[in-house]
Amino acid sequence: MAKLMPGLAAIFTDEHQVLEAARKSRDLGMTKFEAISPYPIHGMEDACGIKRSSIPYVAFVAGMTGLLGALALVWYTSVYDWPINVGGKPPFSLPAFIPIMFELTVLFAALSSVGALFYHCGIPRVDPPTIDPDLTCHKFAIFVPENESGYEAKKLETFYKSLGAESVKKVEAY
Amino acid sequence: MMKRNQLILGDKTLKDITDDICQPVETLPGKGWVGMFLGAKTLLLFYIFVLGMIVANGMGLLGVNHPNGWGTMIITFVFWIGIGHAGTLISAILFLFRQKWRTSVARTAEAMTVFAVMTAGLFPLLHTGRPWLDFWLFPYPNQRGPLWVNFRSPLLWDVFAVSTYATVSMVFWYVGLVPDFATLKDRAKNKIRRMIYGILSLGWRGTARNWSHYEMVYLILAGLSTPLVLSVHTIVSFDFAVSNLPGWHTTIFPPYFVAGAIFSGFAMVVTLMTLVRIGFPQFKDYITLDHMEVMNKIIMTTGLMVGYAYASEFFVAWYSGNPYERYVFMNRAGIPGTSGDYAWSYWIMVTCNVIIPQIFWMKWARRSIPVMFIVSIFVNIGMWFERFVITITSLHNDFLPSNWGNYAWSFWDGALLVGSFGMFLTLFLLYLRVFPAISIAEIKPVLPVGRNDHKGGH
Repeated sequence: MAKLMPGLAAIFTDEHQVLEAARKSRDLGMTKFEAISPYPIHGMEDACGIKRSSIPYVAFVAGMTGLLGALALVWYTSVYDWPINVGGKPPFSLPAFIPIMFELTVLFAALSSVGALFYHCGIPRVDPPTIDPDLTCHKFAIFVPENESGYEAKKLETFYKSLGAESVKKVEAY
Repeated sequence: MMKRNQLILGDKTLKDITDDICQPVETLPGKGWVGMFLGAKTLLLFYIFVLGMIVANGMGLLGVNHPNGWGTMIITFVFWIGIGHAGTLISAILFLFRQKWRTSVARTAEAMTVFAVMTAGLFPLLHTGRPWLDFWLFPYPNQRGPLWVNFRSPLLWDVFAVSTYATVSMVFWYVGLVPDFATLKDRAKNKIRRMIYGILSLGWRGTARNWSHYEMVYLILAGLSTPLVLSVHTIVSFDFAVSNLPGWHTTIFPPYFVAGAIFSGFAMVVTLMTLVRIGFPQFKDYITLDHMEVMNKIIMTTGLMVGYAYASEFFVAWYSGNPYERYVFMNRAGIPGTSGDYAWSYWIMVTCNVIIPQIFWMKWARRSIPVMFIVSIFVNIGMWFERFVITITSLHNDFLPSNWGNYAWSFWDGALLVGSFGMFLTLFLLYLRVFPAISIAEIKPVLPVGRNDHKGGH
């Protein structure tokens, strides 16, 4: 998660306008801007040039860890450390161990993906910056940080106004 | 092309949606809610007393006895776990199938899942008889050998399945709630509310990058929950099916239990949703008659599936040629020549689960709120009796007639069953007032479905 930066925010009231603004911003060569919306907008990832999330890899590795960890656990406890004859089954009775292996696969994969989500989004975060309280309700925004290449407050203001922004304002930190 | 019905009625704007859904959280409750809450809370206090009595005096207070080692606690455990399954089906499986109508009911159905699993989870823990030693259920290094748990036992699989299910469904539910908590925080007019929802929202901001990861995690959780929910009731059915008892030892149990779970769960969703619609009239635009009709169709379909399972069990018992197996099923239905002591419970089950839902073949019944409410109550009753039939009729008359005996139903059995509703309803009523009962962030993208004023569009 990047550090907080001062910058400029353009507020929109229409989903399609903000999508268009994101697309145009990217065409200008901007890469660090953020689009903020109350709900996920279809096509926004493309418009902002966001790569596919890497979380599925986390889920896969965690799931495999759960699977093999569960196998190791049942093998150590029921085959190696204290083998008990249950119903004449062999000590390493794999079919009887499958439910445990399955459940731990799911548990590890689920919790790790949520952990990865928290890591990527930088949450939990105490006192997050807000641009406008309506951004979680019915408004949309494009935020451009000051370290963006070719950042020029005046030029950006007219640019976003021309794309239909309701207002453009300076933000201390976001 | 067929014109789709609008998912959300009343030409809402984005702001209207937020206002409508946040309204119950931001206003003082009305008389109806307070009345129901006082009732539920009193029942919960009674339940705590009942559980205290059972823990203090032992399992002997309940009707469990020699041939009937499992009774109300296990029956009611399976009942509540089954109810939870509809929530996961709506939130995960219908999500994978891109059923957009699920959005309106998913949040509340998931809440039902979480509370039902919490209610259910207490029963096996207490049924051990010495709940203060329940940590023995987990494989931890101990000074008794170390003596490990038996990983070949379905009862232990259940420990893992139910605890994983409870954890994952709670996490799934919470991840869905995070953006809505942020909405509530940003709307908050007073400091305390702002602080509480601020903490719950974890500092969510809703940038495009955040949403991209968020949607991916939501998909992964849905993908993981789908096999998980099927595995949970499969493993619950293994508790029965892996034993050698006639009436339990059948291969049909896993799919039969899963279908029954979805059946009972949808009935509970319909029961609760009809009440939510009455209590919060603005939700009628979100949980429309179309939504209710779809759920009634699922009730009827799964009802036919359990009906098929009942019939199939009889056929297999006859076809097996095994006299014990045949006796158990003839005894269930009370065919002359058997004891038939519990035939009444079998016929209650068949009436409630197979016969009554047939009314949903008719469209007016599927769209009538009073009809669906009554049917859903019957299905709930029928599904409790299904578990009663499976557990008791199989146990009470098994192999040797000298070993037969009836379940000694006591006051505490009934108190336990009724009291568990106190726990569930108290949690559910509090949820309706504290959490947004419809997913705000998920309902907004489906707003254009069935509308004509498509601008730009996707």
